[in-house]
Amino acid sequence: MGKLKASSLALPLIAFVVVTLLVPIFSLVRLSVYDSTVAEALPKTAEALQAWSGTDLPSIAIYETLAEELIAAQETRELGRVASRVNRILSGSRSTISKTPRRFARTDAPDARQAFIEIDEDWGELAIWHALRQATDTFTSRNFLQAVDFRLMPDGSIERMPESQQVYVTLFIRTLGVSIAVTALCFLIGYPMAYAMAHASSGLARILLVLVLIPFWTSLLVRTTSWIVILQQQGVLNDIFVFFGIVADDNRLTMVHNMTGTLVAMTQVLLPFMILPLYSVMTNIPRDLTKAASSLGANPFQAFVRVYFPNSLPGVAAGGLLVFILSIGYYITPALVGGSKGQLISNLIAYHLQTSLNWGLAAALSVILLVGVIVLYIVYDRFIGIDRMKLG
Amino acid sequence: MQNHLPTALCVSAMLLGSAAVAEESVTVVSFGGSYAKACVEGYYKAFEEETGIKVNLEDYNGELSQLRAQVEAGAVTWDVIDAEGPQLAIACDEGLIETIDHLNLPPSPDGVPAEEDFAPGTLTECGVGKVYYATMVAYHPAAFPEDKQPTKVEDFFDLENFPGRRGVHRSPQAVLEISLMASGVAPEDVYDVLDTEEGIERAFGMLERIKDEIVWWEAGAQPPQMLADREVSMTIAWNGRIFNAQMLENQPFKILWDGRTIDSGGMVIAADAPNLENARKFVEFSARAESEAGVASYIAYSPVRKSGYDLVGNHAITGKPMKPHLPTNPDHGGRQLTLSTEFWLDRRDELVERLAAWLNR
Repeated sequence: MGKLKASSLALPLIAFVVVTLLVPIFSLVRLSVYDSTVAEALPKTAEALQAWSGTDLPSIAIYETLAEELIAAQETRELGRVASRVNRILSGSRSTISKTPRRFARTDAPDARQAFIEIDEDWGELAIWHALRQATDTFTSRNFLQAVDFRLMPDGSIERMPESQQVYVTLFIRTLGVSIAVTALCFLIGYPMAYAMAHASSGLARILLVLVLIPFWTSLLVRTTSWIVILQQQGVLNDIFVFFGIVADDNRLTMVHNMTGTLVAMTQVLLPFMILPLYSVMTNIPRDLTKAASSLGANPFQAFVRVYFPNSLPGVAAGGLLVFILSIGYYITPALVGGSKGQLISNLIAYHLQTSLNWGLAAALSVILLVGVIVLYIVYDRFIGIDRMKLG
Repeated sequence: MQNHLPTALCVSAMLLGSAAVAEESVTVVSFGGSYAKACVEGYYKAFEEETGIKVNLEDYNGELSQLRAQVEAGAVTWDVIDAEGPQLAIACDEGLIETIDHLNLPPSPDGVPAEEDFAPGTLTECGVGKVYYATMVAYHPAAFPEDKQPTKVEDFFDLENFPGRRGVHRSPQAVLEISLMASGVAPEDVYDVLDTEEGIERAFGMLERIKDEIVWWEAGAQPPQMLADREVSMTIAWNGRIFNAQMLENQPFKILWDGRTIDSGGMVIAADAPNLENARKFVEFSARAESEAGVASYIAYSPVRKSGYDLVGNHAITGKPMKPHLPTNPDHGGRQLTLSTEFWLDRRDELVERLAAWLNR
């Protein structure tokens, strides 16, 4: 009973986790596979299309039903949402659908089918009807397929996107590559820095700590723009190179608006997240261990590799994981300094979330990213062990 | 104590609520920066003075996600939103904003009804147009010999005669239209061509010519900075940004008006706006020719009303005439294209993906 009471103290925390983490993740997954907009706005058409053969144009009755429901949807202001959903399946169909109810009343064609075709000849093609039928599915795999550059064909088969539209897989791979590279760079620069801090006199250590923390107090945009000023062709660094004759004035180095710029700026921004866990782990490694190793005959290199480094691994693990996960979701810095290869997967997630309002696709991309991170975490736990990780 | 807490919360909520009602206000969301400043000085202050309704300013990046979240959660805090063309239409489609049927739009100072005074396409189902802005090519005159300055949009894609790096917005919108105009497509045919596969290829083909020299930019503040640093010799840019650099920072930049694309932004009212009546008053006030001209005396955006354009005088800070800087000034000559909202709603997602795929190659 006492135990139950004690664990009930954790209830607020559990509620917090449920509300801020599990509920959003659940709704994210739901968004990526479920959309009832079209099915709800055009229920009769949806039903009629289920029975449609798909090889010839639908019957005039279906055209009539659709006309009736589109006009109703226009009155309830559902039409735009319906049109935008179909447009996601068949690019260009939005305007066809949204103008139809407005013009339907004005045509004098003998039947609904001819009226539709008179309004837009696309209504005489099968493509828009297939798209409409697909859009009436409330549960759909479309978003996930699109997120890995595939698409659902009218006959239910799955096909790769045309090459001119294959983007997401490349961006996932690039995001992963950039994250790994940034993590490695942060480790290479951060480890010696943390070591120096942990072994410096307390006064010097404090100054170094402040130097590491200063970037935290500067806005991300300011830091990113500063890198542009330093690295660009007419920038500070190139000016110095030219002054000392290292490069010719007409042959200045391109260090920003490409992958170099992305790596430099991201590494600098994320470096503190590597240094701080490393530093706190290193300060807790007993100095006597290295001395003991030396007294037992190890040279300094052996003492470091066999004794000191293994003891600092929990810090490496924590810092590495932190930097890696942060860089996976990074997109402002690469967008500003990354040039033509500056887009990462988060840029397109942000686009679909904020601009196109295609939350289904944004959710599918996020779910894939999330699953990727979880898989990495499990692999990581298997090999390094999460209980060994230390943040301080 | 436990039982008192909810009561206390309710009472304080009611107090807060009544405090908000006591002072009439309207929350206006706009893009911030020099544009928001131009609007505040241009007519928000006049609105407050005339109606006694306080204008609460909020900034956003033109992104609709926040509004959608507010509407879906049933907790709308925004009243009036300043939105760009395609975003405005998407918000209207999604039912995130009110239609304008209930508004009583003022006629021009000499009595022309609003419907005739607004430029075609700037009064839509949900939005009341305010200003036109341009996306066009700008250049640094010192980057080219005096007798060989760029004069037409083709020059942007001509590295041989006009060397130097090029700044290009990493977005298909306006960039593809400018490319097509430079490839010789007349402005009135641009969207017919861009609606075909060959047309898209043709536009990307133009970009392919300069691909190695392109510096891609993301934020509107980047192009003037890149020109000032001489990082690029020419760049696609937004005219308001170049204007500010010319006027307020005395930069020698020149705008190449040929091949410009213009687009209009407008005011919309959030669905379920908390201060609906005030929001309507505010949008009606925004629609006055004087308000539009007021904005144009701070920033180089053209009023969408003919009578508003006629009222534009001098820059409020430097006293220089504004009309030569307005994007729709017919004296600029050259080719001008109005962005098609309908085209971009139909094809934007696809073209954003195609641009990303092209960049990945």
